[in-house]
Amino acid sequence: MPEITYRKAISQALREILQSDPRAFMIGEDIGGYQGAYAVTRGFLKEFGPERIKDTPIAESVIVGAGIGAAMAGSRPIIEIMTINFSLLAMDQIINCAAKLHYMSGGQVTVPLVIRTVSGGGTQLAASHSQSLEGWFAHVPGLKVVAPSTPYDAKGLLRAAYQDPNPVMYVEHSLLYGMKGDIPDEEYSIPLGVADVKREGSDVTIISYSRMAQVALKAAVRLEEEGIDAEVVDLRSLRPMDTETIINSVKKTSRAVVVEEGWKAMGIGAEVSARIMENALEYLDAPVQRVASADIPMPYSRPLELATLPNEDRIIEAVHRLF
Amino acid sequence: MATTRYKADLQIPLEELGLTRDEVLGMYRDMLMARAVSERLWILGRLGKVYFLVSCEGHEAAQIGSVYAMRRGHDIFIPYYRDLGVALAAGSPPLDIFLHALGKRADPYSAGRQLPGHYSRRDLNIVSGSSVVGTQIPHGVGTAYASRYRGEDAVTIVYFGEGATSKGDFHEALNFAGIHRLPVIFFCENNGWAISVPQTKQMVVQDVASKADGYGFPGLSVDGTDVLEVYRVTREAAARARQGQGPTLIEAKVFRFSSHSSNDDQTRYRTPEDLEGERAHDPVIRFQEQLLNSSVLDEVEDLQIREEVDRTLDEAMTQAEASPDPHPEDASGQVYSEG
Repeated sequence: MPEITYRKAISQALREILQSDPRAFMIGEDIGGYQGAYAVTRGFLKEFGPERIKDTPIAESVIVGAGIGAAMAGSRPIIEIMTINFSLLAMDQIINCAAKLHYMSGGQVTVPLVIRTVSGGGTQLAASHSQSLEGWFAHVPGLKVVAPSTPYDAKGLLRAAYQDPNPVMYVEHSLLYGMKGDIPDEEYSIPLGVADVKREGSDVTIISYSRMAQVALKAAVRLEEEGIDAEVVDLRSLRPMDTETIINSVKKTSRAVVVEEGWKAMGIGAEVSARIMENALEYLDAPVQRVASADIPMPYSRPLELATLPNEDRIIEAVHRLF
Repeated sequence: MATTRYKADLQIPLEELGLTRDEVLGMYRDMLMARAVSERLWILGRLGKVYFLVSCEGHEAAQIGSVYAMRRGHDIFIPYYRDLGVALAAGSPPLDIFLHALGKRADPYSAGRQLPGHYSRRDLNIVSGSSVVGTQIPHGVGTAYASRYRGEDAVTIVYFGEGATSKGDFHEALNFAGIHRLPVIFFCENNGWAISVPQTKQMVVQDVASKADGYGFPGLSVDGTDVLEVYRVTREAAARARQGQGPTLIEAKVFRFSSHSSNDDQTRYRTPEDLEGERAHDPVIRFQEQLLNSSVLDEVEDLQIREEVDRTLDEAMTQAEASPDPHPEDASGQVYSEG
């Protein structure tokens, strides 16, 4: 199995889709001549031409809106919102249009649209460029939301997102692009809504997704040194969410910590915690703990930024509170 | 504003317009039908059977003239909530509209889920978006992009009021379509009112059409009470789009005879003189006179057409009212497509 980066895994999935399905094309800012703000579409303009790799003005609403129109008409557009922060400019198109058109047309219209975007902080881009807003989208019926944490998952989930007949928010993380991992040579996809136990353990379940799943895995290594055997569940999909895998793990370990990079209030941790309460309260030895970013807009300065983001230490502290 | 080419006392140049007599009479029947459906819906509203309505009264010529200029069943129609006449002329019968307004299970547009005024028939290439003003305009850019991408010659016509031209989506969509010279017609029904805000407080320009200058494609103002002139202008725009010459912005100047919606009362912000004076520009009466004066239609036939419209609507209303309501369990289906 070749080892490739997260960036390359996404790029490979896109390339294979474009090569195999003439209905597919891409629309987004700087995806063509510039080859992608995060270099994911490197070489695409040359390989697929300007009708299939469409650079756009800085106009998020029409990027999504045109994607919706094309998807309704039977094409399979893959659109890019440069970062999830800019999705706010297209919120009405995503929530009021993409998510609702199938239902509100009595099932006549489908919107098979992949919206690729990039979430997360940690690169000193401050408050308006460092947010983790994927939970907002996971709130909305009609949307699906995935956020991979490894190259393997990134490729497999992108293929599944593309094959899905619904609008899917495909959320990448800017600090994962350089991460390496094994990918099989043969074609594969990972079904949406299936979590992955990234590490098995018996003492505590750490539930997370995207970059924080990787941070949780590192925390688990340190916990092992002190004799705590942590299981790490990577949600991979936020909507639909794989409640069964979460609950099965918690029933085994009786303790749970949920880790997310977004804000704690009304967040993914709250949702996962509620599902545990609803389904496995009697198995818990301690209240579910949540680890999240500080409840402030992201500051620019490095020490301030580091003070804001969750990290291994904070995950370990949360685990300690359970024993 | 463009001057009217066909005065009511002149002959209707069918050949020059590329229309048959049957087509012209079809336009007339559809205009009468749109007016009558609107009036009847308003009555259903007063009876408490329909909870929200947007009337097309005053817009009939713009809506129906533009639809007849397109290839129905082939081109793509993206109407907004005032476009009852677009839905009818594009092939959706009045029964559909009554089932929709009454929120019936058999509502073909939305299965009883969407606010009245959202006309959507995938099989007729009529697609409606959300209720939020102007958000359908980018969709029209996307359908046009898809048509061209696939090498098909379908043209998209996307409708909106002048109120929508203040929205960012209007700018983003027209800019995008202009850059890529997409086969799309942006059709603005300018009635001068965004609910209670008059055009003078919406924009400083006189003509919405002039906004096209910023996007590098033609913008045309047309008398939207003149169905044949609307037809002519739209047909030319469709031909340009089909030949790969890009978008056109058409502004049809119309009058809004009714309040914005059934939740609005325009007598609160418009003078009686204004509302009364507007009635002199009734597009339905205008076309009737034009047809009679040019001998395309005689009075006996006119009466027959009107009676036929009434009969059709009596039947459609009876059928729609007797149609079953949705079951509560129908609420939860179709949130996601199963593929």
